[in-house]
Amino acid sequence: MHDFYPHNVERVSVLLVAFQSVLILVSLLVLIAFLLYADRKVWAAVQLRRGPNVVGPFGLLQSFADLLKFALKEPVIPSGANKFVFLLAPLVMSISALSAWAVIPFSEGWVISDLNVGILYIFAMSSLGVYGVILGGWASNSKYAFLGALRSAAQMVSYEVSIGLVIISVLLCVGSLNLTEIIQAQRTGLAVWLGLPWLSFLNWFWLPLFPLFIIFFISALSETNRPPFDLPEAESELVAGFMVEYSSTPYLLFMLGEYVAIVMMCALTTILFLGGWLPLLDIAPLNWVPGIVWFILKLWLVFFMFAIVKAFVPRYRYDQLMRLGWKVFLPLSLLMLFIVAGVRQYMLLPA
Amino acid sequence: MKIVQSVNALFLKEFIFSFFLALRYFFSPKKTINYPFEKGHLSPRFRGEHALLRYPNGEERCIACKLCEAVCPAQAITIEAGPRCDDGTRRTLRYDIDMVKCIYCGFCQEACPVDAIVEGPNFEFAVETREELYYNKEKLLSNGDKWGDAISRNIALDSSYR
Amino acid sequence: MNLFSAFFYLFSTLTVASASMVVFSRNPVHSTLFLVLSFFNVAGLFVLLGAEFLAMTLILVYVGAVSVLFLFIVMMLDINFVKLNEGFMSYLPIGACVMGVLLIELFIAFGAWKGFPNAYNLLQAPIEEHLSNTEALGRVLYTRYVYHFQSAGLILLIAMIGAIVLTLRHKPGVLRQVVADQIARCPETSVEIRKVKSGQGI
Repeated sequence: MHDFYPHNVERVSVLLVAFQSVLILVSLLVLIAFLLYADRKVWAAVQLRRGPNVVGPFGLLQSFADLLKFALKEPVIPSGANKFVFLLAPLVMSISALSAWAVIPFSEGWVISDLNVGILYIFAMSSLGVYGVILGGWASNSKYAFLGALRSAAQMVSYEVSIGLVIISVLLCVGSLNLTEIIQAQRTGLAVWLGLPWLSFLNWFWLPLFPLFIIFFISALSETNRPPFDLPEAESELVAGFMVEYSSTPYLLFMLGEYVAIVMMCALTTILFLGGWLPLLDIAPLNWVPGIVWFILKLWLVFFMFAIVKAFVPRYRYDQLMRLGWKVFLPLSLLMLFIVAGVRQYMLLPA
Repeated sequence: MKIVQSVNALFLKEFIFSFFLALRYFFSPKKTINYPFEKGHLSPRFRGEHALLRYPNGEERCIACKLCEAVCPAQAITIEAGPRCDDGTRRTLRYDIDMVKCIYCGFCQEACPVDAIVEGPNFEFAVETREELYYNKEKLLSNGDKWGDAISRNIALDSSYR
Repeated sequence: MNLFSAFFYLFSTLTVASASMVVFSRNPVHSTLFLVLSFFNVAGLFVLLGAEFLAMTLILVYVGAVSVLFLFIVMMLDINFVKLNEGFMSYLPIGACVMGVLLIELFIAFGAWKGFPNAYNLLQAPIEEHLSNTEALGRVLYTRYVYHFQSAGLILLIAMIGAIVLTLRHKPGVLRQVVADQIARCPETSVEIRKVKSGQGI
């Protein structure tokens, strides 16, 4: 028990933790408002459109206008719906997505709860998101919503397998489930081994575990129902999938949960493969920049990839999606797991 | 062939190519215009909101021949003809266009023998209720007064092609 | 009562309450949801005991995967409750007898049971002070119990293969997709352009 809680649990007042949580929630939501805007802008730019540009300078306040609009509209609950579950579903989705942020280290020591099973906690919380989808689809009492929920449940459960194997491979390299230690482990690596310690971006895990990095990225797209794997809400087939019957604030919560989960996956990619808050190059002007700035910059980079993938990859068909998950990613990540374990065991390399 | 293909698939060749393609489009100038502040080019033949024109002396052109009513494929035009009270000439007592039914085909302006009904360049006539889109004679005549200059300029520009 | 026992009573009450709601709830989907809730509270109890690895694994495996499949199945069932409750009264005496016997047995068992005061010191694999419990679990699982662990894994693998063998049928004459061949198609191999003289055809 003593290693699960911070050692000074008695002294850390509940108020302080509450304040930190509120601070992170607020800044996260503001960040997501702008990321949502960036998402739409990137998508528009690739399609030679301008994207939102009316509300505020360059349309920067578009997300806040959308928020107001969602909050002020009338929530419609279908008469055949299971009312309690119908309203529970978006709550489950957004709360489970938000609660995962409790263990994310934004910079050295900037973490609400430095769990020693942090990555498992994140993984558990992100696997809860599927409940929101299933319950929403079922409680809507609509065929489209139900089909969307079924698709999404199968999709999320299958891609969790390959995400799990990728995470295990990274953990093998680190030897700890603590997110802070995962980042600290990326201080040494190829660059140090080459004798060029200032090239610190070579130290990060993306290089030695490159195939896993790609697998993780693509599985994260699928896990968060992002295009090209947005089958649960495929507009052309299912109208809007599990969200068909939702409107106003419950819909807002669904969208919020989805985007929080997406940013969560970006943060996880940053932590596992891009060295978290570590600076790009360990030389004078760059390593003065505070860690949080590097963290946010890397998060933005990954999110940019998330956004631009939406613009240039067509949506997968459902059987192709399942084939990719079970027949390509699962064997590949399992093979990589064996290779990583073998390298760790017999070659005694640091990573 | 098979080997080349599997190597390409393994290294995600197509995805990387399309990523750079997407990046090129990302930085290229945008094709859309900033609509309410910028407007695109409108042809002189553009068929927008209807208007009833007048002669230069202020006399309305329409003689209630009902050709437009007959030719209208959407049956959006309703005309009642009769002698005007002051001088007894044949005029329209009612000239209604249901803008909800109208398909903007332009047959009415082609059919008109006196060039009374025309479709002007205005396309921004969105309203809040359906009733406001049932145009009557006053509305159409006031449209003619409002857009008359633009309409006559368009007619002049297009005249050499007729 | 300190914070620890307050949370213990909270979690255990909720566990028992939601576990009984699993049985008593009329809607099977609600039952599954209560099952999930009780899993959560059990995870909370694990955390209180300092077994956070077990807690997270419980949520990950049982809540994140197993219950999703339960929910999946239950949602697609169309259960007729009227038919299900038919004959309830005729089975009542037998059911009551079985329940009474079970209850008496439980009372006898727990009446005779005494906790051994020194039990904690007899732990087979006590957690060493400097280890996190993830590491401690791993050390026990992969050293002393490695054969049990691996054979449990093998049994699960066999069960999976068995399920696949039972359900997989290769029907003759079914056209299957070969994705690699589909992707390998290119204009050179799939389109042929010919000049056709008018009125003649190919």
